[in-house]
Amino acid sequence: MRGSMKRKKSRGGSRSPEPLMRVEDRTLRVRVPEELDHHSAALICAQADELVKTRDIREIVFDFSGTVFCDSSGIGMLMGRYKIMQALGGQVRAVQVRDRVERILLLSGVMKVIPVERMQGGKEE
Amino acid sequence: MKNEMCLEFDSISANEAFARVTVAAFMTQMNPSMEEVADVKTAVSEAVTNAIIHGYGGEVHKIVIRGEIDGEWLCLEVKDRGVGIPDVEKAMEPLYTTRPELERSGMGFLFMEAFMDEVKVESEPGKGTKVIMKKRIRQQEE
Repeated sequence: MRGSMKRKKSRGGSRSPEPLMRVEDRTLRVRVPEELDHHSAALICAQADELVKTRDIREIVFDFSGTVFCDSSGIGMLMGRYKIMQALGGQVRAVQVRDRVERILLLSGVMKVIPVERMQGGKEE
Repeated sequence: MKNEMCLEFDSISANEAFARVTVAAFMTQMNPSMEEVADVKTAVSEAVTNAIIHGYGGEVHKIVIRGEIDGEWLCLEVKDRGVGIPDVEKAMEPLYTTRPELERSGMGFLFMEAFMDEVKVESEPGKGTKVIMKKRIRQQEE
């Protein structure tokens, strides 16, 4: 177990070193992970809410370009941020949404209150 | 073809991905479509998340998944020994949640029912909950 157990930089699927959150002006851009479930949604919500509080955010853009899995916890995440932004007079958008995730968003009815943009250029890359 | 498996793991949120990926691997021998795999993964994720959040209320105990392939039917049981559900019918209503402060959307059972052919819930307060789900997999040609 000596020397040979160096920590790898990243685990299997996660490749891009881009940060999860980026603030531009009063917009918070969130790069949604590959799999959005209760586990990953909880991490995002905690980070995003902190930034909304400290950086005077008025818009949250969730970038789903790398997301292939989403369950009802993802819906909870979107609706929760929507309520927070609504109270602040701001807005929430979901962009670069793939087919599978779109189906979940459609089924949940979340698209009635949150604008959703499909992934550009047809299906997958 | 008949095949069975059983999986037992701790009720921590990191295991949500483990559970759905393992079930997806188990069902690959049925030659499912990508859509069918995605449907089952979503349903498993919902049931396991329910067990973690509601069944055990964040405490760490065991969750058991039993899987059975019987011809073109995939049958899954997700079981916890948590608090149980006093009113299953109510719990399965869309948008109903006992934990709005945790931002539960109340759509867990809705998604299970949307993506599986059959969903049944057996629960007893104080004893635990068992979610039984079935899906018919149309075998793909190679």
